[in-house]
Amino acid sequence: MKYCVGIDLGSTTTKAVVVDLDGLVLGRGITNSRSNYDVACQVALAEALNSTRFGRIAGELEREGAGSAERTQLLAALEQGFREQQYRAQLALLDAALRRAVSERGEAHQAAGPDAEKLAASDALGAAVQSILERMTREAGELFAPGSKRKSDFFRDLAGSRYLAIAEGLAKKKKLPFDALAGFYDKAILEVEAEPADPTAFGRHALAAARTLVASQGAHAESFRQAIERAVESPLEEAASVGTGYGRARLPFPRERIRSEILCHGLGAHAMFPGTRTVLDIGGQDTKAIQVDDKGIVTSFQMNDRCAAGCGRYLGYIADEMNLGLHELGPMACESKRAVRINSTCTVFAGAELRERLSLGEKREDILAGLHRAIVLRAMSLLARSGGVKSEFTFTGGVAKNPAAVDALKGLVKENYGEVALNISPDSIYTGALGAALFAQRLAHGEDQSGLDEAVLAKPKKAKAGSGA
Amino acid sequence: MSTTTLKPTPPAACKDRSQERQKEMIAAHFQRLARAPETGQKNVYTFVPGNLTELLLAFDALPVLPEINALQSAMRGKSREYIALAEKLGHSEDVCSYVKCDVGMLRSGNVGPTGERLPRPDLLLLSYTGCFTFMKWFEILRQEYGTPTVMLHVPYQGGGKPTIEMRDYVVAQLKKKVIPALEKATGKQYDEDRLKELLARSAKAEEDLTWVLSTAKHKPSPIDAYFGAVYYVGPIFSSFRGTQDAVDYYRMLREEVAERLEKGLGPVTPDGQATKERYRLVVEGPPNWTSFREFWQMFASEGAVVVNSTYTKVGGVYDDGFRHDPDHPLETLANYCLGCYTNLDLPTRVDKLVGYVQDYEADGLLINSVKSCDSFSAGQLAILRAVEERTGKPGGFIESDLVDPRFFSAANIKNRVESFLQMIEQKRGGGA
Amino acid sequence: MIAPQHSKDPAPRGNGSSGGGACSSGCGCGSGASSTGSKEAPANLATLVEKAEELARDWRLDAVRAWKARTKGIAVGYLPVWAPRELLHAMGVLPVGVMGAGDDLEIIRGDAYYQSYICHLPRSVIELGLNGALDCLDGMLFPATCDVIRNLSGVWKLSFRGKLSFYLDVPQDFERELGGQFLRQTLLELAHELETRGARKLDMGALARSIRLFDENRALVRQLYTLRRDEPWRVLTSELYPVLRAGLVQPVEEHNELLAAYLDLVRSATERRPLDQARVVVSGSFCEQPPLSLLKTLERGGCSIVDDDFVQITRWITSDVDQPHNTGKDALDWLVNSFLSDSTDSPVRYCAKGRKGDDLVRRVRASRAEGVLLCAPSFCDPALLDQPMLQDALDAAKIPWTNFKYAENTGQFQVIREQAGTFADSIKLWSEA
Repeated sequence: MKYCVGIDLGSTTTKAVVVDLDGLVLGRGITNSRSNYDVACQVALAEALNSTRFGRIAGELEREGAGSAERTQLLAALEQGFREQQYRAQLALLDAALRRAVSERGEAHQAAGPDAEKLAASDALGAAVQSILERMTREAGELFAPGSKRKSDFFRDLAGSRYLAIAEGLAKKKKLPFDALAGFYDKAILEVEAEPADPTAFGRHALAAARTLVASQGAHAESFRQAIERAVESPLEEAASVGTGYGRARLPFPRERIRSEILCHGLGAHAMFPGTRTVLDIGGQDTKAIQVDDKGIVTSFQMNDRCAAGCGRYLGYIADEMNLGLHELGPMACESKRAVRINSTCTVFAGAELRERLSLGEKREDILAGLHRAIVLRAMSLLARSGGVKSEFTFTGGVAKNPAAVDALKGLVKENYGEVALNISPDSIYTGALGAALFAQRLAHGEDQSGLDEAVLAKPKKAKAGSGA
Repeated sequence: MSTTTLKPTPPAACKDRSQERQKEMIAAHFQRLARAPETGQKNVYTFVPGNLTELLLAFDALPVLPEINALQSAMRGKSREYIALAEKLGHSEDVCSYVKCDVGMLRSGNVGPTGERLPRPDLLLLSYTGCFTFMKWFEILRQEYGTPTVMLHVPYQGGGKPTIEMRDYVVAQLKKKVIPALEKATGKQYDEDRLKELLARSAKAEEDLTWVLSTAKHKPSPIDAYFGAVYYVGPIFSSFRGTQDAVDYYRMLREEVAERLEKGLGPVTPDGQATKERYRLVVEGPPNWTSFREFWQMFASEGAVVVNSTYTKVGGVYDDGFRHDPDHPLETLANYCLGCYTNLDLPTRVDKLVGYVQDYEADGLLINSVKSCDSFSAGQLAILRAVEERTGKPGGFIESDLVDPRFFSAANIKNRVESFLQMIEQKRGGGA
Repeated sequence: MIAPQHSKDPAPRGNGSSGGGACSSGCGCGSGASSTGSKEAPANLATLVEKAEELARDWRLDAVRAWKARTKGIAVGYLPVWAPRELLHAMGVLPVGVMGAGDDLEIIRGDAYYQSYICHLPRSVIELGLNGALDCLDGMLFPATCDVIRNLSGVWKLSFRGKLSFYLDVPQDFERELGGQFLRQTLLELAHELETRGARKLDMGALARSIRLFDENRALVRQLYTLRRDEPWRVLTSELYPVLRAGLVQPVEEHNELLAAYLDLVRSATERRPLDQARVVVSGSFCEQPPLSLLKTLERGGCSIVDDDFVQITRWITSDVDQPHNTGKDALDWLVNSFLSDSTDSPVRYCAKGRKGDDLVRRVRASRAEGVLLCAPSFCDPALLDQPMLQDALDAAKIPWTNFKYAENTGQFQVIREQAGTFADSIKLWSEA
């Protein structure tokens, strides 16, 4: 079947949304952004296609007569198995990269001259790395066991937290330099992340997972296995793709297939909530206030200036300063009964402000509530600049997941604009990618008359439908 | 406010004859300045808005315009070090970068845009028009040079129009303060007949410039009325208004533009001859000078042509019919000073912008808000909203600076410019 | 040592003394925009200061609303740094200083009007306009202070149609026949605008009487500044400042009483004892006003402020307007002449004679200060562009200085406290050495 894809290359994550030719969402994928934008986009797309295929598997299973509860259970188990397979494959890549890193260091030492002590140390490090990897491989099943919680599904985070934890213990026990062990990982993970996505991987991993899974399904085992095989093997063909995002100047897309993130956000929010007239997006690097009409067309927009005050990054600094996880800030702030007044949202002074408040005996939760209110105040200014808040109002971006920010926003919007319906989608992180996918869908239908292919001074490029991202 | 043809690479593909001419004029002017210590010719430092070039020339004094030196320093890539030097001397990061760039240049040997040293001022003519910073600027220069300074206070059009009282106040200052100061500085007598001759030539050049700028009403526009036009306004905004050189230059320019118009050609951009006009924009605010070319390319590469701009009115607003009037020499100079763009109140600026968007059939208004210039920037968001409301056309807002490269974030600006253009496109077609 | 300068010759001067006296607003107060409110001054210093602080924080203008309800008069706001309060008063108009909202108000819509590189004052003024706090004002004056305030007059016209928005251009030429003539014209034009909006006709006799009331006000302020200079432990700046600011929303008659009462109380405050603090002059805070907490921070940091440019309008004209050598055809001329020749030096006033910084050095000497705090609002072009010249002058005079920036809503003083404390300590060490 034919699909259209939108890819949103953000400063921290890259998102892809796959829609069919009618604009219906088939799948979503996300990965951490990395220095190689090409790979980030490929990986996000591969993830979105994986999720598309899981959707198709669900359809096939239904056709085979699997009940709803059974399907859910089967799919969950299948996905878990798939993730584990995927993880193991990447561990293998990591293993190879680590070996290279260790041996390069050894060679460097040898080149520096025969030093028995250093050589021995080098060998010890190599052995340590191997034992870390072995242990990680052993633990892989546990990591993906039913009911297990993972803080992140990005390989970098998942493998990194295990590697470093094990390395720390080992370094202490064997009196090895932890920095050297960590250094190997930092080097190796870059190589793993630069590895392009393997288009055949889904088939292999899903089928491997299916094999272990269907064995337990008794009478239906064979029909389920065939259903999965059909879903895996049915071809997916890209009809059009559009890219957007912060890094879009360097997106691996031809110019005529790139849309401004403002437009994509507007259209994406409109698709999620058709009544949307105002969109607020607070991301890591910037904040956008966008007004759209009843078709999702942007009528005005404002972005924060070069100062990062009031962006998600500000909360990042605060979390670092308090030694908390970013996701822990909001819930803690929600415990406040009396928010502290904070006037400065300067990221540079965030730490100083925090320490001063703490030294004055203010409660942590009250300070945090004040900080959340302060960044939302900045967003309120941008909203006012762009034309105010109209019903319905859709809040997107990473900060939309933060309950304290949402509470502050709700309060301030009510104070300033009265009762306005506020939409927050659990998939809000995909808003821009969804908008891009819908632009791609229009391209596929030849509706896009923006005529960027007639670029004025640059050599004309023809939009090529169907070429890979 | 610009004579930007020196070092910056001018549109390379087809350099116009007028551009060569302008370059020669400017080179000759700076040579005269460099030789002034030997020739004994006097020079007067003053500002672009409300400049009294004809009066200075009537005394054979050479004008020096520190704003132009600052923007030229930026285009030559010198402003970063000049600003750093000024900040080392105690100037705040918060304040006008033109001033800091000038202070830095002065303290680095006062080498001007052509690489030749500028003479010390014989007089600082503080034409205090449309910008408070001018006053601070010359207080600083006076402290540096210890030269005589004469203040010409031009009242702001707070009520939306110049009054007879304002004009009389300016004329009285010209008579009792400025002219005596010039007489003293140059050792020459005020010669009103000579001033009249100069003013008559000004009117001629103004007529041609106004015609050139008005050609942007055509589709496609033969000129870019912002990036391109900063070159066009150079001579008339700086040292040449009232000279035969200026009359000749503007006649030549008019002929060239007339030819382009006849052939149906668009403007010449840094990437060569524009082939398709996709967006027609009105721009408010000065350009960024540190990345002028890159900034222009962001528009040119998208087929965006500026059809009118307010920056090209800072050294004089001519599109409402004003011409220097040789029959009333001092009154006409006063009216000229009072009418400069940054001396207009905000409702008048909104009226002008609405008129530009409508008369030039623009797709929208883009504001380049520069950190340095409160006179332009403070209130621009209110202007944007008012113009959007009255024209129904979309508005865009970008932020940069005049000559401080730290405040030009190319990625951020490109992002906003492209989003703005795509928004226009989307609104137009209702499509993608 | 301190002459009671506020008892002045009551005889009217000038040629405009006829016709004055009746207050058209019907409040029975005699001429001028005076008050019928409480005349009783609080007997206790703490109570008085508390009342002043309340008025200083009165951005909702409750005091002005109460005055309007009482008198049915009209009130007109003015921004820093100078406005012809005497003229407004003489026309029965209550002049109201609009200095922003300090650190008391969250700015939401005001920020939508201004880029991040513009000072804070216009944001809070816009916010006050939009949240209704300034509804009780029948007009606004925007004095020629800087480009930001200048353009705010235009934003006002675009945003609040129908209300008087008057750009008050003031001359930068200080000769009577040039700048003086221009200022006189401008003030007459203002008077005309006010008349069309219901103010009493400008009467020169009434103006002379109003001038005297404000001369009294200036004299009281001068006495307080002199007392603070001589005995800074008696007149704490963290008290004096709200006492001055109270006058921005009070009728001058009431403010004169407040000033006189405060003066009496601090003179007899026997419990106050000299402090071992560094004597400093604060310079640069003439427009956007510092939050009170900043002044308290400086005092706690070991600085006694012995001269400053806060609430500049109370001392813009440095002596009496009504004095024998101030000649002219009427009281308006006196006011104009005083503006021309008796205004304080300021970054917003062209320095036509002498060198920049001379005046600051003179003030340091006169107040026997040991150092200068160059304390300007962020993004304040006039103050910040002056600073290098002031610093040079101070260096040449071997006067120690330090500089920092604030905004009216600064809420974080740790750095400033450190800086002021270190400065105060180093001054003491330096002067002992």
